[in-house]
Amino acid sequence: MKKNKTQEMVTFNKKKFRFSDWFAEKIIKAVAFLSIAVVILIFIFVFREAFPIFRMDKTGAAAAATMVQESYGGAGTDISTPKLADNQVDNSNEIHVPVDKPSATLLSKTWMPVSDNPRYGLWPLVLGTLKVTLVALLFAAPISILAAIYTAMFAKPRIREIIKPVIELLAGFPSVVIGFFALMVMATVFQNIFGYASRLNSFVGGIAMGLAAIPIIYTLTEDALTAIPKTFTEASLGLGASRRQTAFYVILPAAVPGIFAAVVLGLGRIFGETMIALMATGNAAMISINPFDSVRTLSATIGAEMAEVVFGDTHYNVLFLIGSLLFIFTFALNALAEFYFKNLVVRKYQSKK
Amino acid sequence: MNRNIKDTIVESLTGVCVLVIIFIIVAILTITIIGGWPNLNWTFLSEFPKDGMTKGGIFPAIVGTAVMTIIMAVAAVPFGVITAIYLAEYANEKSIIAKTIRFAVKTLAVVPSIIFGLFGLGFFIGFVGKNMDSLFSGGELKWGQPNILWASLTMALLTLPVVIVSVEEAIRTIPREMRAASLALGATKWQTIRKVVIPGSVSGILTGTILAVSRGAGEVAPILFTGAVYFSSNLPHSLSDQFMSLGYHIYIMSTQSSNVDATQPIQFATTLVLLLLTFSLNAVAVVLRYRIRQKAK
Repeated sequence: MKKNKTQEMVTFNKKKFRFSDWFAEKIIKAVAFLSIAVVILIFIFVFREAFPIFRMDKTGAAAAATMVQESYGGAGTDISTPKLADNQVDNSNEIHVPVDKPSATLLSKTWMPVSDNPRYGLWPLVLGTLKVTLVALLFAAPISILAAIYTAMFAKPRIREIIKPVIELLAGFPSVVIGFFALMVMATVFQNIFGYASRLNSFVGGIAMGLAAIPIIYTLTEDALTAIPKTFTEASLGLGASRRQTAFYVILPAAVPGIFAAVVLGLGRIFGETMIALMATGNAAMISINPFDSVRTLSATIGAEMAEVVFGDTHYNVLFLIGSLLFIFTFALNALAEFYFKNLVVRKYQSKK
Repeated sequence: MNRNIKDTIVESLTGVCVLVIIFIIVAILTITIIGGWPNLNWTFLSEFPKDGMTKGGIFPAIVGTAVMTIIMAVAAVPFGVITAIYLAEYANEKSIIAKTIRFAVKTLAVVPSIIFGLFGLGFFIGFVGKNMDSLFSGGELKWGQPNILWASLTMALLTLPVVIVSVEEAIRTIPREMRAASLALGATKWQTIRKVVIPGSVSGILTGTILAVSRGAGEVAPILFTGAVYFSSNLPHSLSDQFMSLGYHIYIMSTQSSNVDATQPIQFATTLVLLLLTFSLNAVAVVLRYRIRQKAK
């Protein structure tokens, strides 16, 4: 590099450009690393704020195992900055602590963070999230996969050119608009049809979140179906199979890994959806399996309560812990879709060839 | 083609699924328009909220959303374009670095928006802002609290993948021959990128920016606790001010306002404004993208 620079001084324009070329490449490469840096920073900063809980557990357990809640408050006040807490925490020792020790609140069955005796039981939130996700997936997955089959297999090319962009427009609807629609219209309509008690519940919320996931599942499934080589279709039709038989017995099985990836990514979207959950699920943290009861999801809990907590408080840390859970889960789903299913697709074609 | 009834039934069933989805889209649009149109007029767009938010307009929310998305685009677009150039022009597809960057971009695209909000709170406000305060203003609270800058930067991270994907797609449609011709004429790689690749992907950069703005204008979860407020009597006039946003306005008005029924026309009209905004932006992006794809064929 040094040689380059000296040459640049004595000679002519042309050499100068070579330096700028080298320089541009380095800058571009450095900027491209930003995405990786951001992901790592998200990891660090979301987990960092969640960490003091585990430290408090230790002090709490040391003081008195039965009075965990009070020692939580005490520990919360003496941690003035999260940074300090982070330095003091020895990662390897504390991580396994919540598994055996603080089950008293984190694994209890009540979520009651604002009270004299705060309880941070995550069960109602986790079960609520799963319930809503199940409703949303049962609604969104079949309808978008069937719609994708129609678009990719049965529709005339001209109609396909219209259907695709129209359904993709649904992806452009802000989730707060879908949430508003669910709150104002769907909740009332469904209540009139089914006649259940609480107007906002996991059923309404699930359907609304399904709406948010439909464009994702639809687009990716359509891509997976059209990626199957034309020869498959031609061979099947040539053997005398009907279009329906070709679609369901030849193309669909070949596209299964891609469709799985589509559903998994849709699942990630539903799982982390916040605004619709806040507006349409009723936000009551209780354990029940009735889909017509109100629920409170993990993401909605963060959205609803973060604005009101004290910076550095236990409640604040627990909300970040919930965020860490969401992050790990969606990260894992993405990795699954990216590596596992993609490999399946590749292997499938290789074996067929 | 249909040989028997079963074929017809199954094919129609899949067609019905398409119709159901389109029906829902049309229903959302129609109901929002019917509910919001009567209240949508110039005063509504140009006035501050009045009488405890039950009357008046949404002017500060419109300005807040606009300013936030502009700052966001200024931050996200250059980084997105450069990353896309790296991925399309420099990176070796098989190298571990390129693969990692690609995976990171995909991860950013699927991380729930509320996580970005948490990150904005923990990193921008709790770390960067707090440290800026102790460095510049001796601990006086200025940057270590929610404001429009942190909200915009948080949103910029969220929309980064949108920009990257659109720009990279456009770059890949530029024919190899054009690059080869430029290089054969003696241009260096960087010159080729500046004079051939970037001008050739302008429509892609535009598409990416529009999609990012549309996404940023509609997202609420990331700004819930990084800068949006329910009501502010002033427009934001510095980066350390808080701001009102259309999406946040809809959320608060429909769930937490003291008199939900009285403000219902305002809620519908605000939703209509937001929907028209994102809808028209998306329509433009779809047309642009369609043209890019036609060009590629």
